[in-house]
Amino acid sequence: MSVAEKTDAYILAAERVSKSFGEVAVLFSVSFELRKGEVHALIGENGAGKSTLMKILSGLHTATSGTIKLDGEEIVLPPYGQSESLGIVLIHQELNLAEQMTVEENIFLGREDTSKGFLNRKTMIAKVQEYLDILGLDISPNDRIRDLSIAQKQMVEIVKAMSRDARVLIMDEPTAVLTEAETELFFKQVERLKQSGVAIIFSSHKLSEVKKIADRVTIMRDGQWIATKKTEDLTLDAMAQLMVGRELSKLYPPKNEVDVDAEIVLEVKNLNADSIDNISFKLKKGEILGFSGLVGSGRTAVFEAICGLLRIESGEVYLNGKPSQFTSVAQARDAGLVYLTKDRKENGLLLTQKMQPNLTLLALPKFVKNMTIDKRAEKIAMARGVRRFDIRARDPNVIVGDMSGGNQQKLLLAKIMESNPKIVIIDEPTRGIDVGTKQQIYNFIAALAADGMSVVVISSEMPEIIGICHRVAVMYRGKITGVLNGTEINESEIVRYAAGLREIQQNG
Amino acid sequence: MVEDNVNVAESRAVHKWLRKFDLKTMGPAIALIILCIIGYSLNTAFLSDGNITNLLTRSAFIGIIAVGATFVITAGGIDLSVGSMAAVISGLMIMIMNNALETFGTGITTVLIGCGCSIILGVGAGWVNGFLTTKGKIEAFIVTLGTMGIYRSLVTYFADGGTLSLDFDLRDTYGPIYYGSFLGLPIPVWVFIAVSILGWILLNRTLFGRYCTAIGSNESVAKYSAINVDRIKTYTYIIQGLCVAMATIIYVPRLGSASASTGVLWELEAIAAVIIGGTVLKGGYGRIVGTILGALILTTIGNILNFTDLISNYLNGTMQGLIIIVAVWLQRADWKKGSNK
Repeated sequence: MSVAEKTDAYILAAERVSKSFGEVAVLFSVSFELRKGEVHALIGENGAGKSTLMKILSGLHTATSGTIKLDGEEIVLPPYGQSESLGIVLIHQELNLAEQMTVEENIFLGREDTSKGFLNRKTMIAKVQEYLDILGLDISPNDRIRDLSIAQKQMVEIVKAMSRDARVLIMDEPTAVLTEAETELFFKQVERLKQSGVAIIFSSHKLSEVKKIADRVTIMRDGQWIATKKTEDLTLDAMAQLMVGRELSKLYPPKNEVDVDAEIVLEVKNLNADSIDNISFKLKKGEILGFSGLVGSGRTAVFEAICGLLRIESGEVYLNGKPSQFTSVAQARDAGLVYLTKDRKENGLLLTQKMQPNLTLLALPKFVKNMTIDKRAEKIAMARGVRRFDIRARDPNVIVGDMSGGNQQKLLLAKIMESNPKIVIIDEPTRGIDVGTKQQIYNFIAALAADGMSVVVISSEMPEIIGICHRVAVMYRGKITGVLNGTEINESEIVRYAAGLREIQQNG
Repeated sequence: MVEDNVNVAESRAVHKWLRKFDLKTMGPAIALIILCIIGYSLNTAFLSDGNITNLLTRSAFIGIIAVGATFVITAGGIDLSVGSMAAVISGLMIMIMNNALETFGTGITTVLIGCGCSIILGVGAGWVNGFLTTKGKIEAFIVTLGTMGIYRSLVTYFADGGTLSLDFDLRDTYGPIYYGSFLGLPIPVWVFIAVSILGWILLNRTLFGRYCTAIGSNESVAKYSAINVDRIKTYTYIIQGLCVAMATIIYVPRLGSASASTGVLWELEAIAAVIIGGTVLKGGYGRIVGTILGALILTTIGNILNFTDLISNYLNGTMQGLIIIVAVWLQRADWKKGSNK
C-alpha cells in the first residue's frame, strides 16, 4: 500500500491496531484509513471485528497495541464517547436516544443552551428545525422519540451528529432495521453529509447497498484486514468471496419438489385480526412457503394470530383438517405449530441466561420428571442441539447475550425444534447474521422440509425467499395480493405484488 | 455415552471448584461468618446454645417472608405489602380465634381454625396483589404500595387504634408453636427450615421456578416461549401471601397481640434479605440459600449490637442499611477478569 506519502489526506487512520479481550484476541494488526469526504464501507462476517474496529476508531475501546491518527497526528482518543468533541461520532447499532424526551431535547442532551440557568428552548428548537430542514426531514423538534419510526430515530441520530459538527461519522449497521424505502431516504442524507465534507464509515451485511453508496470498501475476516478497494473495482460476488474466503458457489441448497398430492397440514380461511385483512392460504406437508412483502405489510401479524399471540377477530384455521384456534402459544406448541420470532433479542432469547435454559424453555414441560426438571435430559438435549445446529460457543456456560448473532440464531432455531413441531414459522431467518451462517441456516431449513416438516419463511430479503421457497405469498397492506409458483418466483413479480401494483383474486 | 458421562462429571467438578471461589455467590456466607467472628470476639456468649437458638428463631419471621419475596423478585415483581399484610392477618386471626372460643373452647380446634383462616387470608391477599398487577396491568410497586396502606389502616381500625389481644386461655394452647421445641430446635426454626427447603426445590428444580426466572429475565421472551406469564406471576404473589401467613402463625403466639405497629418495616427487611443474598432486584436471577443467609445476617447484626456497648442498639437500622448498600455494591463490582461490560 502506498499509504505513507498521502497521510495528510486521511482524516482518521488506524495503524496496525490489535485488540484482545482478556485472553481472546479479536483484532490482529489491522490498518485502516479514512479520507476526507468519503463513504467507506466496512464489511465482513459476524465476528470479523468490524464493530470492534469502529469502537476503537471512536475511542469507545482502547487498542491493545497500534496507533490511531487524527489529521495525521498520533492521538489517544478519550473514552466514553468524549471524542465527539474532536468531531468523531459513533452511532450505535442500538440507537442511543431517550425515548420519553423530544427530538430537540435529545439533540441538545448534555450541552443545552442556557442563560442564567434557564433553558433557551426557542433557540434550540429553531436550530433543530434548521437541521431538519437541511436534511428534508418530515418531523418536528417537539415530537417524542417513542412516537417515531426506527428510520426517523436514525435520522435524529444523524441530526445529533451534525449538530455536534461531526467530521467523522461512524455507523454500525445503520440499515439493518430499515425498509427499502427508508434506506433510500437514509442514503440521501448520507450523500448530503458527504457533500458537506463529512467522512463516513459504515458497516453493512447488505452488499448491494455497499455497492450503491460506498466510495471505498474495506473487507475484514476473522479479525484481520483482508483488502481495501475502490467500490467500482469490486463486484458483489467478489465482495462476498473476500468476506467468506471461499467460493460461495451455492448459497442456497437445491430445492426438493413437493409431492403434488402431499396432504395439506395448515389451511387458513378468511382470517381477520388487527392489521390483517381476509387472509387465506394453504400449506402442504414438506413445503417451504415464503411470505414476502414490505415491512409492516402484516406478515408477522398473520402468524402471530395463528399461533395464539394475537387475537383472531374472525376466520378459520385448520390444522390437519381440524379447526384450530389457539389462544396461547402453549396450545399451538402442543399442536405442533411453532413460531420463531424475528426479534431474537426482544422476544427470542433470555440474553442474561446461559444456553441450556434458553434451549429448553419452549419445550420445558417435556423435561419434567417426578415434578422436577430433569437436568440430565436437558444436558443431553443441549449437546444434541449444539451438534445438530453447529452452535459454536467458547464454553457451554457462556451468557447468550455475549454470543454472536449467528450463534444466537442457531440457538433459537434449536430451541424451537426442541418442541418437535410439525409446522415451523421462521420470521426473518437470517436477520443480522453473516453469509456463512446464512448458508447453514438455509441448509437447515431445506433439511427440515425434506424430513416432512412444513416451513413458512417470512423474509424481507428477496433473494432468500426466491432461493429457498417452493411457493411465495406476497402481502401488501394486510392482504395477500398474490401467491407465486415455480418460475413466477422472481424479483420483479414479487415487487409488483408487494407494492400493491397487482393483485389476484385467490381462494387459497 | 460413557464419554459423555465422564465429561459431564468432569465439567461438574470444575464447575464446583470455580463456584467455590466465586465471591458473588459466596459473599453472603463469608459476610455471615465474619459477623459471627466479630460477635464471638466481642462476647463469647454470642456462640452459646441459647443465643444461637434465639438468633435462629428471630430470623424465622423475616426469613420465611423473604423466601416468598425471592419468588416475587425473581419474576421481576416486588411486594411492599408484606409487613402490613402480616399485621392485618395477625389481627384478624386473633379476632377470629377469640370469637371461635365461645363455640369451640380453648382447645386445639380454635387454634387450627385461626391458622386455617390465616392461610386463606394470606393466599387471598397474595392473589389480590397478583390479579391487580397482571390482569389490572398496574405496576407491582403501585399495587403493593396501595395494599400496604390499606392493610395497615385496617389493622388500626380493627384494633380501634389500640391493641388486639389473644384470649389468655388460648395462649396456653397456642404458645408452644412459638415457645415449644422439637429435637432441641424451636418450632419456628423447623418451619423456617421446611419453608426454605421447599422454596429451594421449587425455585431450582421445578418448571415453576424456571418460568419465574425466565419471566424476570424477559417477559416477552417468556410469552413467546409458551409460558402463561400472568398465571406464573400471580402464583408468585400467592406464594408470598402464603409465606406471610406462615410467618404470622408462628409470630402471633409470641406476644399474643396485634397492633398498628405489628410488622412495621418487615417488607424492607424481607427485601433487604433477598437482595443481600444475591437475588437481582430487577428479576431474572434468584437464590433461596442467599435469601436465608441474608435474613440471618440482618438478625445477627441486631443481635451483636445487643451484646456490645460499642454502638448504640438504636443504630441497628443504620448498620443494617450500611450492610445492604455494601452488599449490593460488592455484587455490582465485577470481580471476574476478562469481562468488558
